Amino acid sequence: MTKTASFLTAGILACLLIAGLLSPFASSQPDGLEKAVAEMGIEESDDTAGPAAPLPDYSVPGIEREGLSTGLAGAIGVAATFALAYGLARLGRRRSPRSAEAS
Amino acid sequence: MHIPDGLLSGPLNLGLGVASTAAVGLALWRGRGEQAEEQVPLIGMTAAFIFAAQMINFPVAAGTSGHFMGAALAAILLGPLRAVLIMAVVLIIQCFVFQDGGLTALGANIFNMGIVGGFLSYGVYRALAAILPKTRKARLAAAGLAAWVSVVGASACCAVEIGLSGRAPMTTALIAMSGVHALIGIGEGLITATVLGTVAASRPDLIPDEASKADEEPAELVGAGAKSP
Repeated sequence: MTKTASFLTAGILACLLIAGLLSPFASSQPDGLEKAVAEMGIEESDDTAGPAAPLPDYSVPGIEREGLSTGLAGAIGVAATFALAYGLARLGRRRSPRSAEAS
Repeated sequence: MHIPDGLLSGPLNLGLGVASTAAVGLALWRGRGEQAEEQVPLIGMTAAFIFAAQMINFPVAAGTSGHFMGAALAAILLGPLRAVLIMAVVLIIQCFVFQDGGLTALGANIFNMGIVGGFLSYGVYRALAAILPKTRKARLAAAGLAAWVSVVGASACCAVEIGLSGRAPMTTALIAMSGVHALIGIGEGLITATVLGTVAASRPDLIPDEASKADEEPAELVGAGAKSP
């Protein structure tokens, strides 16, 4: 495997582990913004603009077990984020790549 | 959680949306034909990591949690414009797929976390790296501090926006936001330095040699890397 391929594999695995297995254990306390907004006495509405999201609030609709739902949502998110970022970056790549690959 | 719909005023959301669209457009335009082949997977992976890490809220004080932001990590690895692009990708996925962050507030979120977070951390990092010894430890400390600044800075921007939207007095908002984000920023600094340290240990060629860069060109993948202490 080239250096890049093995680095990539390790990195993606790490992301999937974090988002897929670690995420159900994340704190569910309100985050900094939510807390500050509450402190300021601002009432937040639940209305959201735009189309309904497929995996609202990091859950997969239809999956009962919360841990599995969150983990799966996380894994999907990692894949989607990687794909979009990679795709956009690839659009701008140099036509004649510099070779910095060591095997 | 990011800024939801309905928190900021319509005109402010619109203005920040325009600014963020321009910045992302610039990032794409500047990257045109510039991206080294080997940077493409790194861009993808940085974005994926930031997404994953943002899911892991950690407790910072009684009843409050924080999460990683990631702009500093992206900016130090890949330059501030690519950081804007990467943060925008993360925020777009979060908004459209997970309903995390309001659609009307997407511009504000990209502005605060991508543009302000990215450029602020890059500026602080470059300034510190220029005056500190050229050791890995010093660079990682600089990165950690730059990351802390980026979180507090982004939250201050948000506070200003809340004030400008007339939802609360600006001073109140600044105190409320900066206080908790000064704590969250510690987590950001630690995570950023740890991740960069891990990358530097295994792939030092991915860490830009900032000593040779004097302007705002996106950092290239130069071979030098940080020297070990």
